[in-house]
Amino acid sequence: MKKQLSYMDSVHRDGRIWSLSLMVMMLLYPVAIALVFQAAPDGRGLLMGLLATAPMYWAVGIVETFTYIPMLGAGGSYLSFVTGNISNLKLPCAIGAMEQMGVKANSEEGEIVSTIAIAVSSIVTTVIIILGVILIVPLTPVLNAPVLAPAFAQILPALFGGLGVVFVSRNWKIAIAPVALMMILFIFVPALNEGTVGIMVPVGVILTLIEARVMYKKNLL
Amino acid sequence: MEFHVNHPIIFLFSGILVAAVLVQSVWFLVRALRRAKELGMAGDRIKKLIISAATFTVAPAVAIVISVMTLSKDLGVALPWLRLSVVGSLSYETIAATNAVRETGGSFGSGIPLTASQFVTVALVMTLSIMVGIWLVPSVAKKMQKGMINMEKRDKKWSELFTAAMFIGMISAFVGFVFCNVSTVATGDFSGIIPVLVMAVSAVVMVLSGVLVKATGWRWVSEYALPVSLIAGMASAIPFTMWLG
Repeated sequence: MKKQLSYMDSVHRDGRIWSLSLMVMMLLYPVAIALVFQAAPDGRGLLMGLLATAPMYWAVGIVETFTYIPMLGAGGSYLSFVTGNISNLKLPCAIGAMEQMGVKANSEEGEIVSTIAIAVSSIVTTVIIILGVILIVPLTPVLNAPVLAPAFAQILPALFGGLGVVFVSRNWKIAIAPVALMMILFIFVPALNEGTVGIMVPVGVILTLIEARVMYKKNLL
Repeated sequence: MEFHVNHPIIFLFSGILVAAVLVQSVWFLVRALRRAKELGMAGDRIKKLIISAATFTVAPAVAIVISVMTLSKDLGVALPWLRLSVVGSLSYETIAATNAVRETGGSFGSGIPLTASQFVTVALVMTLSIMVGIWLVPSVAKKMQKGMINMEKRDKKWSELFTAAMFIGMISAFVGFVFCNVSTVATGDFSGIIPVLVMAVSAVVMVLSGVLVKATGWRWVSEYALPVSLIAGMASAIPFTMWLG
């Protein structure tokens, strides 16, 4: 008799199939273009381009995977690591949704809420990009208008102001030290900027986990 | 066949991949909605969750469209459309494209049309350099989730603190980032405090939403508080930039 899979097991099975299938499709994309236009990649350019780009992003990718999975849940992770824009869209969306629904990230309800929020966010993003591509000619002067540029340049501060106040106020004992430390680091270390904030996320997470563990063991929480 | 970066065939290939990604999202959405129903999670609350997540996504998604426009000047529309619909971001794709074009003897941003060989090389570098998450998640997600469940069985309070600490750690990095240019104030350039003011506006709107919910009992306000604080913060950037930029 066929064994009935639990919801979570089926999420992992489907997630693996989808991730690996999409990975193969993504790899076939440049291969197909090369075949259609009979244009081989520049071997030296490819190697040197990869050496200049891949090591840092592979390292970041490995650390991000272990950092984000516990926060995104299984379904959310399978979707987010394919559709991207995790820290600036998918994760805040999932956190906001779990907050709104009053569910814990490590419960099945949290898993479902996170998956729904990230799936909806992915669908809306994909549809908006498609509309943007179709309407690129009339939209370009509107969206690139100088008056709107500051608004789109400040998405991250606008995003983490609202989200931060909820989590920092609720967990202020844990939050004070990492928030203060990160502020000091970003103010005084010139290398820390928009390009390196992704690298600092795992650093912030690890430091906060250590701090929370120490406070918990000393009955301070 | 003569190559150019906006060739219909490239749009077709991009479209097939984007459609597959869209189907994946719909697949997981339908599965999660069915499970929510089985668990008795209220339908109207799930509907509000969907509306709230969709509303929240609009502004960041429009920013992604602007990124497509930015990259399209050198790469055409089809490749940035694909890359920013999958694992990419403007900063990553720009770095990957700059490195790949430079190593093939060109200069990204020069406006000189890419050859087919350069285009294929750029697409390969972009794809291969950010593949880690897509194959690593299927390899480790199940084990990590089991670990989280075991942790909760052993010590529920620590498990909850663990998740809260992860969220706080992530948020702390972005709050720190908001302050990265404030030191320019010392040189008489006040533009560095614009992100701080924007974050403050967003935080104040969130606090006021909470106060409004408590004072009036209008729970629907809390469902839209995050998207509203995001839009209010972004809108405030316009006058702040006029003033200090």
